[in-house]
Amino acid sequence: MTDTPDLEQNPTVAKIRAWQPVAVANVSMFRGELTIVIYREHLRPLGEFLATDPNLAFTYLSDVTGVDRFPIEPRFELNYHLLSLSRREPLRLRVRVPGSDPVIDSVVPVWPTANWHEREIFDLFGVRFEGHPDLRRMFLPEDWEGYPLRKDYPVEGPR
Amino acid sequence: MTTVQTATGPAQTMVLNMGPQHPSTHGVLRVLLELDGETVVKADVDIGYLHTGIEKSAEALNYSQTITLTDRMDYLAPLSNNLVYCLAVEKLLGLEVPKRAQYIRVLLTELTRIGSHLVWLGTHAIDLGAMSVFLYCFREREEILKIFELVSGQRMMTSYFRIGGLALEPPVGWTDHVEKILQSFPSRIDEYEELLTKNRIWLGRTQGVGILTADDAIALGISGPSLRGSGVEYDVRKYFPYSSYDEFDFKVPVRTEGDCYARYLCRVEEMRESLKIVRQALKKLPPDGPIKADAPGIVPPQREKMKTEMEALIYHFKIFTEGFAPPPGEVFQRIESPRGELGCFIASDGSPKPYRMKVRAPSFVNLQALQKMVEGRLVADVIACIGTLDIVLGEIDR
Repeated sequence: MTDTPDLEQNPTVAKIRAWQPVAVANVSMFRGELTIVIYREHLRPLGEFLATDPNLAFTYLSDVTGVDRFPIEPRFELNYHLLSLSRREPLRLRVRVPGSDPVIDSVVPVWPTANWHEREIFDLFGVRFEGHPDLRRMFLPEDWEGYPLRKDYPVEGPR
Repeated sequence: MTTVQTATGPAQTMVLNMGPQHPSTHGVLRVLLELDGETVVKADVDIGYLHTGIEKSAEALNYSQTITLTDRMDYLAPLSNNLVYCLAVEKLLGLEVPKRAQYIRVLLTELTRIGSHLVWLGTHAIDLGAMSVFLYCFREREEILKIFELVSGQRMMTSYFRIGGLALEPPVGWTDHVEKILQSFPSRIDEYEELLTKNRIWLGRTQGVGILTADDAIALGISGPSLRGSGVEYDVRKYFPYSSYDEFDFKVPVRTEGDCYARYLCRVEEMRESLKIVRQALKKLPPDGPIKADAPGIVPPQREKMKTEMEALIYHFKIFTEGFAPPPGEVFQRIESPRGELGCFIASDGSPKPYRMKVRAPSFVNLQALQKMVEGRLVADVIACIGTLDIVLGEIDR
């Protein structure tokens, strides 16, 4: 992770900073990919801003990926891979969620495609999404115990 | 039976279970259809019957070993899966692949696109009652699979693209087989079009069915031909060129109607465009040159060198015992697979195994549109809508 000084000049970063200076925790660039780490309480309002602002127009949510950094706290990392189709620009938003309270606002009202992505993360990581219209397990049976993609989950399954 | 409010007033509905063992669900898709007579009120999609835990398995394997898992996700386009994973790891390593390998990758993935679209066309047509198209499509697909077998030794689970290049040098004369396809194929596509494009039954079953507006498609994250059938031009090959796609001249077919027929026309046109790319790749392809990047410690050394050079032997030993360790960081690589935007996210912690590997499967996201497409339509249209989305369950469940 290299933090180059000219990142603050990046128009997307500047716009987000101007919108809410305290929302951004960190900005980094790795292999040409911009990552903006934000605090979790700002996720949904920032999402609305990014999707509706005509100069940003991040209307397309490609993917939401969960990463478990166990035993580091906050252990869960959610990566939102956004795309502005009109400006041909990708962006990664990252939010950290603590293991003691794995809850975050759902972004389904902003990007309806997040519905299944969030269900998948709920299913495999056990992160709950506040305001999700239909939070059920995506792949595993309803009576499955535990969350398989957590790092402290045994590969052989629950014992 | 339960009573629900519909547009025409209260109605008695029943729930019909469709799948997971049903030929028109293209695998093990289960749909719970809530019906008012023959009209669909609600379609609840239930997946996970093919969940293999590939993402979890990848965390226990080293970077090179994971390639064999990627074949098994989208089993109709294994080379596209190989490519997205290899490109993601190469991006993580900052590795440049020789031009010759890049062109061969483009050539083979475009053949994969044609092969995959042929399966889609054949099965979509057989679902809607046109038996003969299916037989023709599979006859032609066999020719493409023969080329895969020629270069990699496998028809389907190819694992031919490796980190830093290709697994092995393609055999002498393999391009003749590609030439043969290039010559025979355009007239074959005309044949399919003759059977379907102006066929009244085909038009009746696809036109105006499963309409998806451009706004809905973007909001639902739809990609690939399913998105372009709704008038959105997004194609990763044009937007974020990878593997030298910017050097190729091709068009991205777009239709604005947003129905099953528009998606059909897009895919058929895409096959013609893919042929154009294959022809250009064949022309650009240097007759010889390296097919692997010069990256000792990452790309296995040549067999001959190992017999004479100590370093080569050591590298070989290290690659196959502990693997190689990319720098810590995260990358997300997207490519245009036959089904749409295929993404691969890799988080590295500096060890020889991926800390987290995640695949953004286009079928998974596209399937979310089913509910929207079939609401208020007849049960028979559900079959058309599943077919037109071109899903592969192996990729959805991973």
